[in-house]
Amino acid sequence: MTATTATVELPRRPAAAARAWRLVRRHLLDVYALLALAYLFLPIGVVVAFSFNNPLGRFNFTWQGFTLRNWAHPLDYPGLGSAIQVSLEIAFLSSLVATVLGTMIALALVRYRFRGSGATNLLIFVPMTTPEIVMGASLLTLFLNWRIPQGFGTILIAHVMFNISYVVVTVRARLVGFDRHLEEAAMDLGANELVTFWRVTLPLIAPGILAAALLAFALSIDDFVITYFNAGTTTTFPLFVWGAARVAVPPQINVIGTAIFVIAIAAMLANVLLQSRRARRA
Amino acid sequence: MTAIEAAPTPRRGEVAEYDIRLIGLTKRFEDVVAVDGISLDVERGRFFALLGPSGCGKTTTLRMIGGFEEPTAGRIELGGVDVGGLPPYRRDVNTVFQSYALFPHLSIFENVAFGLRRRGVRGDELRRRVGEGLELVGLAGLERRKPRQLSGGQQQRIALARALVNRPRVLLLDEPLGALDLKLRKEMQLELKRIQHEVGITFVHVTHDQEEAMTMADRIVIMNEGRIEQVGTPSELYESPRTSFVAGFLGVSNLLPGTVVGDDRVRLADGTEVHVPREALAGRSGAVQIGVRPEKLRLGGGEVNTLAGVVSESAYIGVSTQYIVDTPAGAVTVYVQNDRRGAEGAAPGDRLTLGWSPDCTFVVDVQEDS
Ligand SMILES: Nc1ncnc2c1ncn2[C@@H]1O[C@H](COP(=O)(O)OP(=O)(O)OP(=O)(O)O)[C@@H](O)[C@H]1O
Ligand SMILES: [Mg+2]
Repeated sequence: MTATTATVELPRRPAAAARAWRLVRRHLLDVYALLALAYLFLPIGVVVAFSFNNPLGRFNFTWQGFTLRNWAHPLDYPGLGSAIQVSLEIAFLSSLVATVLGTMIALALVRYRFRGSGATNLLIFVPMTTPEIVMGASLLTLFLNWRIPQGFGTILIAHVMFNISYVVVTVRARLVGFDRHLEEAAMDLGANELVTFWRVTLPLIAPGILAAALLAFALSIDDFVITYFNAGTTTTFPLFVWGAARVAVPPQINVIGTAIFVIAIAAMLANVLLQSRRARRA
Repeated sequence: MTAIEAAPTPRRGEVAEYDIRLIGLTKRFEDVVAVDGISLDVERGRFFALLGPSGCGKTTTLRMIGGFEEPTAGRIELGGVDVGGLPPYRRDVNTVFQSYALFPHLSIFENVAFGLRRRGVRGDELRRRVGEGLELVGLAGLERRKPRQLSGGQQQRIALARALVNRPRVLLLDEPLGALDLKLRKEMQLELKRIQHEVGITFVHVTHDQEEAMTMADRIVIMNEGRIEQVGTPSELYESPRTSFVAGFLGVSNLLPGTVVGDDRVRLADGTEVHVPREALAGRSGAVQIGVRPEKLRLGGGEVNTLAGVVSESAYIGVSTQYIVDTPAGAVTVYVQNDRRGAEGAAPGDRLTLGWSPDCTFVVDVQEDS
């Protein structure tokens, strides 16, 4: 009896030590994670906090006092409203055009072998890897040479251009795992090419397309470098912030920034909820 | 548009005798000839099995009939009409894919309704026919589920229902039972056969399982390397295979080389003369192989054909005992039914005489490659 308990006791002590060590290690990880999160979120926290600041001068840099005035009048600064409107229009249009074109390119690249498909597969990465400053400058040279006046149109063209690559890459990832038998089954059951695309292909790659569109929208709305070169006299929100910062930093910029952040988080949460609901129903 | 009749009275009033005719059908992929000039007539209402080893061109043949693959040469007629160049959605055939290919984003109801909707069936008519389809495969009540919520066997049945509700002229099935476990596969074999009886639609079923083909089909097409070796009922193919490939692929057979010495006699390698049916010899001369199925051989003489040998192995497997007997003409496998208690006859080393009837003998050409 005693002998057995002794033999049982022996291995238990190291086990307890190991458990304690695991506990410490787990807490270390927690601390580490908290620090990492703080590092990531502190700047955002500052932006959010200063959207409630009541600055004395034109620069919203030091904390003076709490106010809701900035949130009540978020566009109360000359030129801010129109800059946001331009940004939204360009983001909407460029992500729409890029999503349609990019989805078609992705379909062509995954589905068909054609002359130049290999080269296209490679070239599609070029806009993603080229430094923005190079791309912006080159585009400006092109527009100047072709005597295309810079403005809304040239910004839109530039944004569509860099967005297409991201859309192609995102949608292509979704298409690679696509079971072609599904389309064959649809045709077998009497659906022509168009109906097959509409009823089978599109619904199945829709999550990829939606992700691509959101990504394009996000990339477009905060692009500065390329836009700066090709904007002419048109002002987008990032250009406006940059221009304003030289003479003033109004708290409205923090309000808009916070709003964009909150919308992005909300969209993300909605997506997560939707996915998990779908998974649970499955 | 397709007739929208309700009851499972499948045939439309047409006169064409054959649901499918393949004429010199060939498919070449770059350097491989997948299907090599096959011709085949599939009569209405039959259950055809396309049987052959992996890579012999079964799937390619089926895909050409379905319209997913363009033939390199040859012609396909469905109900007497040349369907060359017609896309899959203009052909009156439906396919059950090996992977089932159920639409993952649609409910079971919508999966089964897919083909009917394309034909403009709506409302009560649609609900009734989808219900009938699900009942046919014994899965009524699962309408609201998604495909991934079903087991493999259930998905397989839904794929079947989805194809059958359209009442196609022909149903093509590409190894539909391949992904199921053995027990379920056996069940589904009988189930498929029942369903085919019930709906009366022509089935063309691809498989590389000879037992499955024998169980289900009333006509078996044996394919090898892109060609058709033989077409016939299971018993025709089993009792009188025309090539050594068919003899070896369908069951076990003893093939013994010999030389034709008369219009119904063959001399084996050891000099023994055996009688074979005249029609089996079919005017051949020179070197041939005669074949006898293991269960047609008797231990002991008393038959027209006899062959002496020594038992080299015996295995008791319950219903029968299997022997391998070495004879001067070659090694021979024998199955003896254990139909009496203590019937086990011979032990390894025993000398004995094998006997068999000429009726049970078939003749094939000598294999080129051996
Ligand atoms: N799309 C293709 N491109 C090139 N070769 C192909 C293609 N499809 C089939 N083949 C070739 O054609 C031959 C016949 O293929 P098929 O799929 O018809 O065989 P199968 O009889 O269905 O075989 P399994 O029993 O393994 O399914 C094979 O050699 C295969 O490699
Ligand atoms: Mg196959």
